[in-house]
Amino acid sequence: MENNSRRGFMGKAFGAVAAVGAIGSLVAMKKSWDPLPSVKAAGFTTLDMSVYEEGKMVTEKWRGKPIFVLKKSLQLMKEEETNPEAQARNIKIGSDNFMLAIGLCTHLGCIPAFRDDKNDFLCACHGGQFSASGLVTKVPPPRGLDIPPFRIDGNMLVLGEQGPEWKKMKENGVTL
Amino acid sequence: MANFKKATSIKDWLNQRLAIEKVEKVMGSEYWIPKNINFLWAMGMVLVITFAMLLVSGIFLLMYYQPNVDLAFDSVNYTIMREVDFGWLWRHVHGVAASVVFLIIYIHMFTGIYYGSYKKGREMIWISGMLLFVAFSAEAFSGYMLPWGQMSYWAGMVITNLFAGGSLHADGFVEWIRGDYVPAQAFLGRFFMLHVLLIPLAITGLIGLHFAALRIPHVNNQDGEEIDFDAESKKYLAGDKAGSKVMRFANDFMSKDMMVVGVYLVFFFYLVFFNYSFAMDPVNFDPADGLKTPAHIYPEWYFLWSYEILRPFSVDLGLILFAFAQVIFVLLPFLDRSPNAIAANRRGPMFMIWFWLMLSNMIVLTAMGKLPPEGIYSSIGFVSAIVFVAQWLALPFITSFEKKV
Repeated sequence: MENNSRRGFMGKAFGAVAAVGAIGSLVAMKKSWDPLPSVKAAGFTTLDMSVYEEGKMVTEKWRGKPIFVLKKSLQLMKEEETNPEAQARNIKIGSDNFMLAIGLCTHLGCIPAFRDDKNDFLCACHGGQFSASGLVTKVPPPRGLDIPPFRIDGNMLVLGEQGPEWKKMKENGVTL
Repeated sequence: MANFKKATSIKDWLNQRLAIEKVEKVMGSEYWIPKNINFLWAMGMVLVITFAMLLVSGIFLLMYYQPNVDLAFDSVNYTIMREVDFGWLWRHVHGVAASVVFLIIYIHMFTGIYYGSYKKGREMIWISGMLLFVAFSAEAFSGYMLPWGQMSYWAGMVITNLFAGGSLHADGFVEWIRGDYVPAQAFLGRFFMLHVLLIPLAITGLIGLHFAALRIPHVNNQDGEEIDFDAESKKYLAGDKAGSKVMRFANDFMSKDMMVVGVYLVFFFYLVFFNYSFAMDPVNFDPADGLKTPAHIYPEWYFLWSYEILRPFSVDLGLILFAFAQVIFVLLPFLDRSPNAIAANRRGPMFMIWFWLMLSNMIVLTAMGKLPPEGIYSSIGFVSAIVFVAQWLALPFITSFEKKV
């Protein structure tokens, strides 16, 4: 009986030591899988917005992801007038208007292709479609193309920094 | 201290220390197999041999492969394929075996379902087998990343995105799995580790569990007959070999097992030497490019049926049904409420139809998963996915009405 309680105590004492060790190891293992500081530090890209041509979709790169930049034509701006959802996504720099989005389908992350003739995006993986403003026109994508965090600096756009315009979009649920 | 005597032979010396005769009996000559079985019972051995070929070919590939995003593609497509003598052989054996192993796993699984080999004490065989299926799927996926071609990259992108959980938007979790915002060096490094160490270790352990789960209930037979293995083996050892319902595993049953393996290996090496391209997607011969999605992304054929269950629905429902399809087979022993543990053709029409519909529907899902998600293919895939889910939901009801045969 005396022995049993002593063994019981030793068992519990070992259990406590092992639990502390296990939690410590799990923290270390989790952190070892985190993105490295060098990966995080490389997460900013600056775009000169004065070089884009109207109506021509250009793909830039930020954090290894494609970024769609489309300088909107007057015709597209007119079409958007009746669509407040599309207007809310508009990015105005000087007198120019832009569609800016992460070029990955919000379904499972394939790159939708821009179709010049239909002025929209088609994702080949699961058949999702987006309008030129980045809104879903055919499922399965659950929401419009995500807008990357940006800060407007004169004619320049810094991707990866959260400017007031982007924060407003996020608060209003325009992007995630 | 045990009592050791001067050994009379090498065998006796080993026997005193390792009990090799006893081990041989337990594992082979007195491990009893029913006589009433057919060639489908050899699939386990075919899988063991295929796993061995994957291991050996993998060891040779491992010596030249470079887990680095800048070097990986060339280390496979140039170093291994062109410089290493017989490097092509290891790669083609590895690629073909990785594909064919799933064909055999599916045959093995459906044999088990048809003959009711997951019931009456054989539940752990089924569960450990399904865990092996999951481990093999993870092994196949992680291995597919390594050549770092376009399909590697985009399959890695799409599959890791599944872990965002749809509307949960767990993007931080996805970035944690990748170690980067997109699949890159950290991602390749950790999937290389998983492919060559952690998952093979898990598979080896699970194979041990799968075999251990067989020992007490023994192998099933064609009629689902409950054999008294103690009585039948005594009869066999007493000399009534013809009257006994069982035979020795080694070398008696094994000689038949290896005969099937021989036929299989002829077919296997025909594929390796003359028809390997089905296991080598042409898109993956373009190096990974994060700014260009291939026109049409599809997984390898063995994942197509579950991929097709994901595809026709909105993202959240698709994910839920996909998760359902992944785990539901594990629960088969508990969803089948019938008292009968016998072949499907003797369990009455309901289960018979259920079985053949399940098998043919999964073939339809596989075919639709390969085709572009447009028009009639979308609709067929949608209906098939619903039939798949409905069949599983119906299983407990149709089997509980089954009469004891």
